[in-house]
Formats: sequence, C-alpha cells, structure tokens
Amino acid sequence: MEKRRVKFTFVESLIKEPIIWKLGRQFEIVTNIRRADVQADRGWVILELEGERDEVDHGLEWVEQQGVRIDPVYEDIVEG
Amino acid sequence: MSFAKNLKCRECGRVYPLDPIHVCEFCFGPLEVFYDYKAMGRAVTRDHIERGPPTMWRYAELLPCNPETAVDIGTGLTPLVRARNLGRLLGLDRLYIKNDCQNPTWSFKDRVVSVATSVAREFEFDTLACASTGNLANSVAAHAARAGMKARVFIPADLEQGKIIGSAIYSPTLVAVDGGYDEVNRLCSEVSDKYPWAFVNINMRPYYAEGSKTLGYEVCEQLGWRAPDHCIVPLASGSLYTKIYKGIKELAWLGLVDWQATRMSGAQAEGCSPIAEAWNRRSFLIKPQKPNTIAKSLAIGNPADGYYALKTMADTNGAAATVTDDEVVEGIQLLAETEGIFAETAGGVVISGLRRLVDDGYVRADEVVVAFITGAGLKTQEAVLPAIQPPLAIRATLDAFEEALEERDGVLPAARGA
Repeated sequence: MEKRRVKFTFVESLIKEPIIWKLGRQFEIVTNIRRADVQADRGWVILELEGERDEVDHGLEWVEQQGVRIDPVYEDIVEG
Repeated sequence: MSFAKNLKCRECGRVYPLDPIHVCEFCFGPLEVFYDYKAMGRAVTRDHIERGPPTMWRYAELLPCNPETAVDIGTGLTPLVRARNLGRLLGLDRLYIKNDCQNPTWSFKDRVVSVATSVAREFEFDTLACASTGNLANSVAAHAARAGMKARVFIPADLEQGKIIGSAIYSPTLVAVDGGYDEVNRLCSEVSDKYPWAFVNINMRPYYAEGSKTLGYEVCEQLGWRAPDHCIVPLASGSLYTKIYKGIKELAWLGLVDWQATRMSGAQAEGCSPIAEAWNRRSFLIKPQKPNTIAKSLAIGNPADGYYALKTMADTNGAAATVTDDEVVEGIQLLAETEGIFAETAGGVVISGLRRLVDDGYVRADEVVVAFITGAGLKTQEAVLPAIQPPLAIRATLDAFEEALEERDGVLPAARGA
C-alpha cells in the first residue's frame, strides 16, 4: 500500500463529472480530499490517494484519460 | 539569538514546532516560519544592524537560525547601484540595480542556501541535497564544503559543461539524471522521502526561503533606510518575489523604515511564464507549463509559490511582464552596455521586463525603482554568444589596425595632436 498526494485540475467541461467518486468506485483506491477550489468554470482538488501502487497508477491513468490534468503536490523541486 | 517561534501553514494557519518539515499534514499547504516580532522589535535597531558584519548575517536576528553557528561564505551586502544611464534610456529618474551577481557563487542562491545550511546543521543533518540546473547546485556544493557536510546534487544529464564545473569543483556527489524536469522532480521526491538528508528546497524549504528576505532588508538599508516604491523581480518559483516583499514589510513592522506601499512587479520569459500567464488571465489558478526558454534559471513550470506571488502582485498594485528569448539577450546587452554589469539570462528577463512595464505605463518615472539582478553572466555565456560583436582580427601593423577600424566605423578616431 502506498499514499500519493496529487492535484487534479478540471476544465469547465469536466466540472459536473463525479470523477473522484468514480475513481474510488472503479479502482481499489481510497480518496481523501484535503484542499480544493472548484468554481463554475474551473477547479482544482488536492487529495491523497491510498492503494496498491499498480492500482493507484491505473487509477491515475484513467483520470488523465478523462481530461483531468494531474500534477504532483510537491510542485517543482528542480530549481535554477 | 533567533526570534523564530514556530512554523505556520499558509493555508489553514495550523501551527507546528520548528522541525525539518515543509507541508501541513492536514491540508498539504506550505509551512512558513513565524517570528516573535514583539521581542524582535525590542532587540533589533538600525544601529545594531549597521554594526553587524558586512554580509547578509548583519540581519541574523531576523532569520530562523542561530547566528553563532551560521554557515557564512561571505554572502550578501551586494552593491545597490544607481543606474543613471539605463534610467535615462528608460525614462526613469531614480532607477537602482541590486547587483546580486557579486555573491560567492555568483547568484542570490547563496542567501537561501546559507540559511538552509545553517538550519540543517542545527538539526544535525550530515548531508545537504538539492536538484538544480545551475545556481542552486553551485551554492549547495560550496556551502556543504564550508560546513563539512556531504553534498548530493541532482542535475539533468544534458547540463552544459560550465555549469557542471561550477558545482563539481567543490567535490559533491553529482548525480546526472537521464530525463526531463518531471523525471528529476519525481526522483528527488522519492529520494527525499527515503533518505534522512537536508534537501534545501524540500524539508528545509520554510527556512531556506527566508534567506531571500535579506535582499529586501539590504535594499532598504542601502537606500538610507527607505523602502523602494517599486521592485522588479525575476519570477521562477515565486519564492524570491514574495520574500523580498516580506523583508520590506518586516522592516516596516519593526519601525526600521516607513511604510511605503512598495509595488511588486515580476518578469518571466515567454517560454516559461505560468505566473505571468495567470496574471494576464486575471486568475489565481496557475496552469503548469513545460519550460522552453534560454532563461533556464527561471524555468519552473509548476511554481511552488506561484499562487502567493499572484496574491502579492494583486495586493501591491504590481504587474507581470513576459519577454521573448531574443529580448532576454537584448536585456543582458542593454544592462552591460549602460551600467557595466554582466547578468545571466534572468537579469536579461528583468531588464527587458522592466522596459515593457515602463512602455505599458506600469512603472512611473518618479518612482524609486529597484531591479533585482540575481546571477552573473559568465554562467550563461552561451546565451549571448551569437549576439556579441566578434573582435577585429588584424595583422600586427598600424595600417591593418586603422584599416579595420575605418572599415567598421567609417572614420578613424582623432589622432594625438590633430
């Protein structure tokens, strides 16, 4: 089991889609929302995912296929 | 002594002890050092600072570490130059250049790494680490050498030779990682989870970032204890920009300068401008970008402090400018030709960005303007190579010399006694 912190960014066309609910239903992943800013035309959600490594990878692949942008929560570590 | 009291989450306000941590366990928001400003205000005076060492450590009481054990390689108190020639050209009456090229490893990163290294030693880490494309790597390697610590420096495999030498000379463990920025970021995140090292911009980040405040302190002191009206700062992670402002605010809180409502503006290269792009959309939502610019020291596609930089920009009536790579080179040349300062590409971004902000009416002619030049040009020579005039190649005769001069200028200079 591993925990991964990620940030989902949604465009307007995806705002109404229950993507995080589907992620938890379709994959063996516990989703735990920590911080979010969702408005009518855009939104982001920072959440922790817990599950087997492969399952988390597959789940994130599916989320990406839906058109959601996924970024790691740590932001960029490489600096100039 | 240090007046640092605790760490505080910038999002939910939850308070943590001064430990080597950087993220709030509850909301994953970033942590920031919080001070006992009342006690600090009783201890810190202008006179006390002026009697301090001629380095950034004259502001030790305003930093989150013990001054007695600070790791100082002579960083800070770099020149603040009145830029009359460049000012005249841009139509600015009181333009100053803060020349941070003159730090020990030739960039402002020495300020942040000096603090991070000092704190890392207090936490009894024996290894200092970072991931960098140049300036940060040089500084971490140098400070680890001085502190007697081991250094682990991760760099992209395709880094230029000159930048590798600038780190390698201090004998760190240099790890050239095959892959793009995303891969290096991911690897370093895993490494920092696994090994008990002081990663300067991960678990040391709350302390590390505080080093940038010293740029704000110095500028105020060098202006005769006066805050500038307008700062022009290069934007990468957004940390430098927000911390310069924090430094100016702190001096005002402590009564060391009058509140000047300093405006904070920033500049980015078009090839990596997530903060400026959000600003131009009038949004606080950063859209991460894949960097593609010669200004590699600013090439942070997913900036950790981007949101806070946008907030500062909005709060201070600032603005953001973007410039093309050609304009980056023009900016470097303009600063060199007018003020005799050879900046790296980030400096070119700042000077061309300043020019754009002036043209667009964001910078007023009567403001006290400070442009922050954060790294020296010898580090990024390849960027200006195609643009510089080649030397006049001649045979060793007076005739050949004069022929070449006449060919280039159309006339000969006045001779002695003419």
